[in-house]
Amino acid sequence: MATAAILTSSHVLELAHPLPLDGGQSLDGVRISYETYGELNADKSNAILICHALTGDQHVASPHPITGKPGWWIRMVGPGKPIDTDRFFVICANVLGSCMGSTGPASAAADGLPYGMRFPVITIRDMVRGHVALLDALGIVQLHAVVGGSMGGMQALSLAANWPQRARAVLVIASTARHSAQNIAFHEVGRQAIMADPKWQGGDYYGAGKGPEAGLAVARMAAHITYLSEEGMHEKFGRRLQNRSAKTFGFDADFQVESYLRHQGLSFTDRFDANSYLYITRAMDYFDLAEEHGGRLADAFSGSDARFCLVSFDTDWLYPTTESRTIAHALNAAGAPVSFVELSAPFGHDSFLLDVPALDRVIGGFLGQ
Amino acid sequence: MSALRPDLAVIAANVAPRSRVLDVGCGDGALMAALRDTRAVDARGLELDPLNVAECVARGLSVIQGDADTDLGYYTDGGFDYAILSQTLQTTKRPDLVLDELLRVGRKAFVSFPNFAHWRVRASLLWHGRMPVTRLLPVAWYETPNIHHVTVRDFRELVATKGLTVEGAWFLSGDKRISDAAANWRAEHAVFLLSR
Repeated sequence: MATAAILTSSHVLELAHPLPLDGGQSLDGVRISYETYGELNADKSNAILICHALTGDQHVASPHPITGKPGWWIRMVGPGKPIDTDRFFVICANVLGSCMGSTGPASAAADGLPYGMRFPVITIRDMVRGHVALLDALGIVQLHAVVGGSMGGMQALSLAANWPQRARAVLVIASTARHSAQNIAFHEVGRQAIMADPKWQGGDYYGAGKGPEAGLAVARMAAHITYLSEEGMHEKFGRRLQNRSAKTFGFDADFQVESYLRHQGLSFTDRFDANSYLYITRAMDYFDLAEEHGGRLADAFSGSDARFCLVSFDTDWLYPTTESRTIAHALNAAGAPVSFVELSAPFGHDSFLLDVPALDRVIGGFLGQ
Repeated sequence: MSALRPDLAVIAANVAPRSRVLDVGCGDGALMAALRDTRAVDARGLELDPLNVAECVARGLSVIQGDADTDLGYYTDGGFDYAILSQTLQTTKRPDLVLDELLRVGRKAFVSFPNFAHWRVRASLLWHGRMPVTRLLPVAWYETPNIHHVTVRDFRELVATKGLTVEGAWFLSGDKRISDAAANWRAEHAVFLLSR
């Protein structure tokens, strides 16, 4: 991939103090793995924190260490790109509970063995607490902006609501202020698929050869459907058959869409830990920003002086436009400067990761101020 | 700064500095940007077209994608010093209700609209028997967004019926001012500043 030189570096921060959690426990020896791009300026005012989605990671604009694939937002982040690393110091940290170097259920507990299901249930706000600890360690008092799509957007909202002075601008893409019953339902299908796999063994599968790969693959398949639009799926696959001229009257992957999903499911197991999937989906299901603030979403933002921008996509049925609009109205009621736009794109929820030129303009314009 | 459309220039020149403004149907944000840059106004916008909203955001403006007919209800009473509706009244489903909403969310309201009693419009109807396609109304009847054609006199009547106060009125032909008396014949654009 030939791109202009980008100043990337990988780091791990070990927190000196226990990290308090919403569940009442606290976590000792938390490690946060993060990547940075570009250079922090002298007064530390040019930092942008990018928050990743459920199965994302810190490799926003650098190759993934396991798959070797380019960074997941390489089209948005880099020199001269909408999130311009010539101008901004971009930070992306693996979230707490994940499996790409930050502390999660696969990490060793105090007894030297992996936490497994002994890992405490965490929330989106706990993840953000980890990010704030990282900002403290970097000496960044206030971000130029916090940016996130999907679960990353939840983190951005949580930062704005709970640490209102830490970001001057908040950009939330294809996200929501709370998980709906349907969102929770899809996640529960995924979790049950993992836990129904005999190799899951109550979460204690580390070091026992293969984990619950079949279950994790099914979880990924179900979730992947929610990331695409019906129209996009139809266009991509239709009813076309996979490398065959006729149906086999069996349960092989006759259809291209089956083959595609199986591939998505299987390749996912190479790079993701099943227990992390359980914990992170749980955190998303627990997310309800209004509930955290007395039931009124506008009250969540009453202490904020930040500028906000919300973007939704017309084919996203996972976090549809109404969710972003609700947030925009709440911000308006709180008197915050807020922009909201629904963009047209054929790719469903995944649109935020794909080629949508209007999104580039909105992001570049909003962050460039 | 590029020159503002004449009706917008009138509005921009009459908004009090450092006030709070809601521009309903703000288009690409030209007026909002001018108000921000020249009068230090805290401007917010509401706009239907997503590409226009994207343009506004790229200009650093705070604009929400939404519909003047339905989405003003989300704004609190008296949250703005001015609500502005430029060249949009005639495209709304219920202009009378939109007017009520403008003066609910704004203490004052600027409303500008094309005058359908302008002599060119009258001439087109009278001599050709056709719905006018003029410099100001360049779109044929079947594709025009203008669904409630209004004249200066119609608007004055609505304002009187509602018991609203006209704090200012400007009538324009191109960028030339037209007298109040001749407005209904000769004005292409009207701009009203209203309050309750």
